[in-house]
Amino acid sequence: MSLRRLLGLGRALGRRSCCSKSPLPPNFVEALKAVVGTSNVSTAMAVREQHGHDESMHVCAPPDAVVWPQAVGQVQELAALCYHYRVPMVPFGTGTGLEGGVNAVQGGVCFDLSHMNTIMELSVEDFSVSVEPGVTRKALNSYLRDTGLWFPVDPGADASLCGMAATGASGTNAVRYGTMRPNVLNLRVVLPDGRLLHTAGAGRQPRKRAAGYDLTSLFVGSEGTLGFLTLATLRLHPLPEASAATTTAFPTVQAAVDCTVQVLQAAVPVARIEFLDEVMAGACSRFSNMELPVAPTLLLELHGSRHGLAEQQQQTEEIVRLNGGSNLAWAEELEERERLWAMRHCAWYAALALRPGCQGYSTDVCVPISRLPDVVVETKRDLQDSGLTGPMVGHVGDGNFHCILVFNTQDKDEAQRVHAFTERLGRRALAAGGTCTGEHGVGLGKRALLLEELGQEGLDTLRSIKAALDPHNLMNPGKVL
Amino acid sequence: MAPLKVLVGVKRVIDFAVKVRVAPGGHVVQEQGVKHSLNPFCEIALEEAVRMRERGEAAEVIAATVGSRQSQDALRTALALGADRAVLVELPGAGPEQGAGPGAGPGQGAGPPLVAAALAKLVEREKPQLVLLGKQAIDDDCNQTGQILAAILDWSQGTFLSRLELDPGSSSVRIQREVDGGLEQLRLQLPTVLTADLRLNQPRYATLPNIMKAKKKPLEVQPLEQLLGGPVPPPRLRVLRLEEPPVRQGAQRVESVPALLERLAALGRI
Repeated sequence: MSLRRLLGLGRALGRRSCCSKSPLPPNFVEALKAVVGTSNVSTAMAVREQHGHDESMHVCAPPDAVVWPQAVGQVQELAALCYHYRVPMVPFGTGTGLEGGVNAVQGGVCFDLSHMNTIMELSVEDFSVSVEPGVTRKALNSYLRDTGLWFPVDPGADASLCGMAATGASGTNAVRYGTMRPNVLNLRVVLPDGRLLHTAGAGRQPRKRAAGYDLTSLFVGSEGTLGFLTLATLRLHPLPEASAATTTAFPTVQAAVDCTVQVLQAAVPVARIEFLDEVMAGACSRFSNMELPVAPTLLLELHGSRHGLAEQQQQTEEIVRLNGGSNLAWAEELEERERLWAMRHCAWYAALALRPGCQGYSTDVCVPISRLPDVVVETKRDLQDSGLTGPMVGHVGDGNFHCILVFNTQDKDEAQRVHAFTERLGRRALAAGGTCTGEHGVGLGKRALLLEELGQEGLDTLRSIKAALDPHNLMNPGKVL
Repeated sequence: MAPLKVLVGVKRVIDFAVKVRVAPGGHVVQEQGVKHSLNPFCEIALEEAVRMRERGEAAEVIAATVGSRQSQDALRTALALGADRAVLVELPGAGPEQGAGPGAGPGQGAGPPLVAAALAKLVEREKPQLVLLGKQAIDDDCNQTGQILAAILDWSQGTFLSRLELDPGSSSVRIQREVDGGLEQLRLQLPTVLTADLRLNQPRYATLPNIMKAKKKPLEVQPLEQLLGGPVPPPRLRVLRLEEPPVRQGAQRVESVPALLERLAALGRI
């Protein structure tokens, strides 16, 4: 077996099954050390376990070795080495994903790219900057704070920006500023065999382009299955002159979601509009020591110039009142707004705190806005009928919401009910013309739903592209496809 | 009470996120090509002053710094964050890149005694009722300038502020300070020198329109000698040596407590 691998034979003929693993070839670890230095390679169990899971509840699958490349040249050398010996490769940023994207289900080498953390090519006039995988979104925004610009995509966690590009991340600001896809102008990709690819050409960041197939968009959301994203050129936005945020409680879930739809249809350029059902509102309130009424709640934030903001506030107040929402108390100072959003960002932990000792699983469906009210209401009913703890939180402005299912994985009956519920929810979203994953990615858990969503032709096309770029299925095998 | 005039002292320092390295020679740190920004505590002090102006409690916010010509960027940022005008008290001679200039403190700037002397002269000229500073600079961690300034001026001082309120109608301020034992509430008569601590407020970010407007706000450059009305005193401190902490050695694992004791004994530690 290992001889066949050393001679590079055998792989081209068949695909590995999802969870088969082969040990590393002999002297392979020494070869890795020769590229990055002994201190940048580890086979210690604790380190491997740390790199074998993310924030999801997918079982930890440690890689066989972890490496820390210091520069893109080293990434290329390491990739070429792994490619030659047919060793699987898994890119690793901050490990804050939610779909088991970094779990090394076929073993192999985990490339921890966090040591490559340079911010370069900042152009304030062109509103663009390039970042390596070790740069997180908060680090970038801190760096930019004197320039009047920011990078608005905010998935909650302080994630690696290249990691966010790899998963096609989104977040609370997407309703106004977009997800990662429209905000990535160029990517420097190390392909599985070690070749370097600039998806929009080396050193280019035009704001728009029509030159050839859109490779940048192909790699955004590829979840580490097509190559290593070692540099992302990002589109920056001007910081809003004025911001105001508020919460408002509604008598019913329907009213809250209807209000959202109406705010969007009134073309109020809302920056963030987030929904919490009464369970989530109660949990967040308790967890963050804030006094929210236990009722379906919307959290809204508006951005604009001073005058524009006042206008937006007025329009929003009218629509909220029409839907029976409680009075709005706008928070304009940074501290208050941050408190509010910190509470929202702790939703995951607040949900877990409802049942200490249990695990959490987050669904991630996204449907057209027009179908949002009935999908949400039906899902809530399904939750109650199934007797599950599943507080709901969502970026309703995008038609995207999450049920954070908190359950005891050891209780087979409950686990079965959770599984059945998530399948029904996925199918409900697909039937409503939506997607099974709005922002978290397919990862390990949603591959079956991907077939239903795209159809056989869709999936076959994805497989053709994968085979063209990664014929030996070495890049993050077992994910997406 | 008539709205106050507020003087805010700020300092340009290496950005907190940068990994600082000792420059060859072992006397100064690398500053060439390294990101600099406003000292975080100075930003907090400035934010407090700007909020006072927005509430109508202050009439004018003046940002001042003592440094080389490059400190102008820090002042432009201060103007973009809301200061009305700025003053650069320029240090004579070489900039920090070329090594310590005259009057060098333990960092590579002017040092607290000289900065306090310069600010005292500005106070004489501008006559503010309130001087706000950051509690300390993140490069030298001196935590001295505010206190020395208050002594020179013979004003009251309130340091490590976590809350500031103007007493309506009277000429005093109520402050809360963070001290080792907890929180201390004081009332101070104006004029006073205050230094800001972390929890006083969360500073705003500069927006593009404000950055544009800042380019037109007045920024005055005053040579230090001229302001002091005499030669700049020679430096009181000399840096002998600057070293980075020693590189960490790998840890050693032992399997049991007896093995640990044996290892420690072999190293002569017990």
